[in-house]
Amino acid sequence: MGIIDNINKLFDHRIRLGIMSVLSVNDDADFTRLRELLDVTDGNLASHIKALENAEYINVEKSFIDRKPNTRYSVTKLGKMEFIKHIEALEKLIISPTTKSSKN
Amino acid sequence: MLLLCTSKYFIMQNEKYLNDISEIKILMNRSSKFISLSGLSGIFAGIYAIVGALIAYFLLFPKEDEILYLHSWNFNLLILLLAAVALLSVCTAYLLTSRKAKANNEKIWDPTTKRLLFNFLIPLVTGGIYILIKLQSEHYGLSAALMLIFYGLALVNASKYTIGNVKYLGFVEIILGLTCAAFPGFGFYFWVFGFGVMHIIYGSIMYKNEIAKKH
Repeated sequence: MGIIDNINKLFDHRIRLGIMSVLSVNDDADFTRLRELLDVTDGNLASHIKALENAEYINVEKSFIDRKPNTRYSVTKLGKMEFIKHIEALEKLIISPTTKSSKN
Repeated sequence: MLLLCTSKYFIMQNEKYLNDISEIKILMNRSSKFISLSGLSGIFAGIYAIVGALIAYFLLFPKEDEILYLHSWNFNLLILLLAAVALLSVCTAYLLTSRKAKANNEKIWDPTTKRLLFNFLIPLVTGGIYILIKLQSEHYGLSAALMLIFYGLALVNASKYTIGNVKYLGFVEIILGLTCAAFPGFGFYFWVFGFGVMHIIYGSIMYKNEIAKKH
């Protein structure tokens, strides 16, 4: 076991992984920006954001710009930590597939 | 048989993880860095600078027994020429970069460009204003050095927000600027080297990489 424990099930999806990737290198991003970068539909993106928000991996901040609602997302400390753990686990798995399979 | 199945399963898993990692990298880069800077625009900027410098050298510079006065006709033309070189370079960069952004399926005006420009302009505008203030009191001597230094600082500062090695061009410009400050009287040659030759060299390297990437 060990490495495989750090693979986070919540990040095991292309869109959620994408959201975390974008937010981990940017202070924040709004909904349209995420939608453009990830090339997904509104509903799809919203549901994945909700999942990450529920896990307290991302922060949601609602405000108004020119009287239009604007929602900005940023990664929480917990989210960042979990994401780093996840990436490290991925890298280890790729580097040492043999040790992994022998452990299973 | 079971062993074969499991190993096949792990190879597939491994491929998925590899995909994940590359996807993470691509998104991190695309969301935080501007990737469509065009190398050609660097080459053009260098050519404009050299042409501008030649015009200045043969037509506008004071003869040996003359001094360059503030607000004299050739002083004003010199400033105008400098502005024209800068404007032409910016316009060319804008045109070529937006063309490349379109090819990359990127918007030219997105948060990465805004961040890039903002961070590029902080040192550049500071330096520009400083040089203008010094010019008002007829301190021309260090203008070339100051232009090189502040331009280099602007490049280094902006380099965090774009891919490629703009940083190194920035370091070269800073070093050139400092050397230039140490050798008064040779400002013109340092300026031509920093803004002309270096842009052409750097732009060509970038352009070559762009073409290599395409094939």
